[in-house]
Amino acid sequence: MTTQTIKGTPTASADAAVSSTVSRGAGAAKPRRLSAAWLGFTPFAAYVVLFLAIPAVIAVASGFFSESGAFTLANLKALTDSTIINNFTGSLLVSAISAILGAVIGALVCFALLGTKAEGLLRTAIDAASSVLAQFGGVMLAFAFIATIGFQGFVTLFLKNTFGFDINANGALLYKVPGLIIPYTYFDVPLMVLTFMPAMEGLKATWGEAAATLGATRFHYWTRIAMPVLTPAFAGSVLLLFANSFSSFATAAALLSQGGIVPLAIKQQLTSETIVGVANTAGVLALGMLVIMVIIMFFYSLLQRRAARWQR
Amino acid sequence: MSAVPVTSVSVEPTSEPKNPAPRRGKTPRFGAEPSRAARYIILIVVGLVFLVPLAAMFEFSLRTSGKVGVYNFDHYVSIFHTDPATGIDYSPLFQGIVNSLIICVITVALMMLILLPTMLLVELRYPRVRRVLEFICILPITIPSIVLVVGFVPVYQKVAAIFGSDPWTLAFAVGIIVLPYAYRPIATNIAAFDLVTLSEAARSLGGNWLVVIWRVILPNMRRGVVSAIFLTVAVVLGEYTIASFLSQNTFQTALLLISQTDPYVAVIFALAALVFAFILLVLIGRFGAIDPGAREASRARRAAKAAARGAGTGTATPSSRDSSTPARSAS
Repeated sequence: MTTQTIKGTPTASADAAVSSTVSRGAGAAKPRRLSAAWLGFTPFAAYVVLFLAIPAVIAVASGFFSESGAFTLANLKALTDSTIINNFTGSLLVSAISAILGAVIGALVCFALLGTKAEGLLRTAIDAASSVLAQFGGVMLAFAFIATIGFQGFVTLFLKNTFGFDINANGALLYKVPGLIIPYTYFDVPLMVLTFMPAMEGLKATWGEAAATLGATRFHYWTRIAMPVLTPAFAGSVLLLFANSFSSFATAAALLSQGGIVPLAIKQQLTSETIVGVANTAGVLALGMLVIMVIIMFFYSLLQRRAARWQR
Repeated sequence: MSAVPVTSVSVEPTSEPKNPAPRRGKTPRFGAEPSRAARYIILIVVGLVFLVPLAAMFEFSLRTSGKVGVYNFDHYVSIFHTDPATGIDYSPLFQGIVNSLIICVITVALMMLILLPTMLLVELRYPRVRRVLEFICILPITIPSIVLVVGFVPVYQKVAAIFGSDPWTLAFAVGIIVLPYAYRPIATNIAAFDLVTLSEAARSLGGNWLVVIWRVILPNMRRGVVSAIFLTVAVVLGEYTIASFLSQNTFQTALLLISQTDPYVAVIFALAALVFAFILLVLIGRFGAIDPGAREASRARRAAKAAARGAGTGTATPSSRDSSTPARSAS
């Protein structure tokens, strides 16, 4: 059975020869079925172990080893360093503000899209644009904002020439940590549209009809039906947006020369401009990021489960 | 003419008790849908705000360095007239694009030859493992690229020893980042048709597994597979973090490099890449719409709506949405 699932990865080439002799599932004895199964999973498992499990474990574990390779907890001191604490605060603040802004604006867009055809051209275009801006922008969005609100940016010059207002009066807005909120919100809104739209569409027409029959105004409908139903999905989406901003690296790396957020601090550590005088600080920072991400994603999945009740 | 029943010739409809005052001849709105005006105002305002940075990129690419207000296509022309002697050399950028395309091909191959067969195997034989597989495939969303990079650096020292350190080796690492994007549309597609029944039927008609996969399963998986491939291409072309830390020249790292010497060309290529990715994803969306089931369902919905409108208010429109939503890229 399933010999065709084994395509010559180096790890599986030896197994392939064995499994090709395994009989066709249906009449095979139990133990052989089992081994055939494991053979079928081998390539995927090997790939995931080598390139997902091992790197993730190394990334986190490296924080617990000293220069000489001995196990130590001393490196965790890095997390009490003021620069590192500032980086974490910066990351959390930028992520939180852009997530909330993005969620509110994105939810408005979802509301505006209610009642449009899911297969229609408008929705297809908005979905596609959202996917691009939310997920594949990275460096390119940094360029976009340099061209918009950089020193010679389109909007910068426009405001200067028409209102005499200089957005970069106190130094370049875009090249400081708070300035990151602008591009981050820019890619959080589209992600909100992608994640929150299914929840919005889960609002059943029958509820509106029922409420109207009972004499509810639209205000009542929104405050007493729609909002309570949408709250878990909204909160979940906020968390996802937060995670998205928190783990984003490319846009910040293209804009900021110095640190200020955790991903950039990791970059500085890896390119060996150590901030703190302990070994493997990159690993410690990676551990810190991962702990925050896991907590966020845990609550996200809880909220998603609650939200899914209404989306059947 | 006068034989027309007089009931329909209503003179200024006085608001009937069961119908609150109709505005502009429409039935009053209830439920969640916005009014047409609200919809257009929100979409146009947000749309314009979102277009500004992209328009600014275009405006920037037309500028002439040193002269304000002079616009031309010189920077576009210069792409085709490189002259290393005068310092106009975009070869790293073109090399980066080539490298990225090679990585695209290998990553797509990884998804099609490793992920897809595994998903089919799970679906056909070991449905109990489905949750585990889903968890593994969605995991890379939880682990930021920058965290994985800390672990990739030592792993790639080993990889370099085996495969050398050519750019194509990045495909292994990028493949992990792609997993969630490739998994979701394929999983949605698998859930949308009766894989097990179809393959059992084909088996009982005497097809061997190869025939079943090739002639029954894969033709039904076209949408999911195409979406997964397009998304993979988009992710690979936009990937910067891993490439920069493993010091490989890909499209994104080359863009950043070239932006320091020639920001105009960098912006031109960035804008082109965004437009290209947008077109890819519009194609996915359109591809998802070429689904007879969904189209039938939407036509039925429209008919029902029209009927409901015709019959006045009070008829319940069928609100059961079919589950054939187009593949979402984000989770």
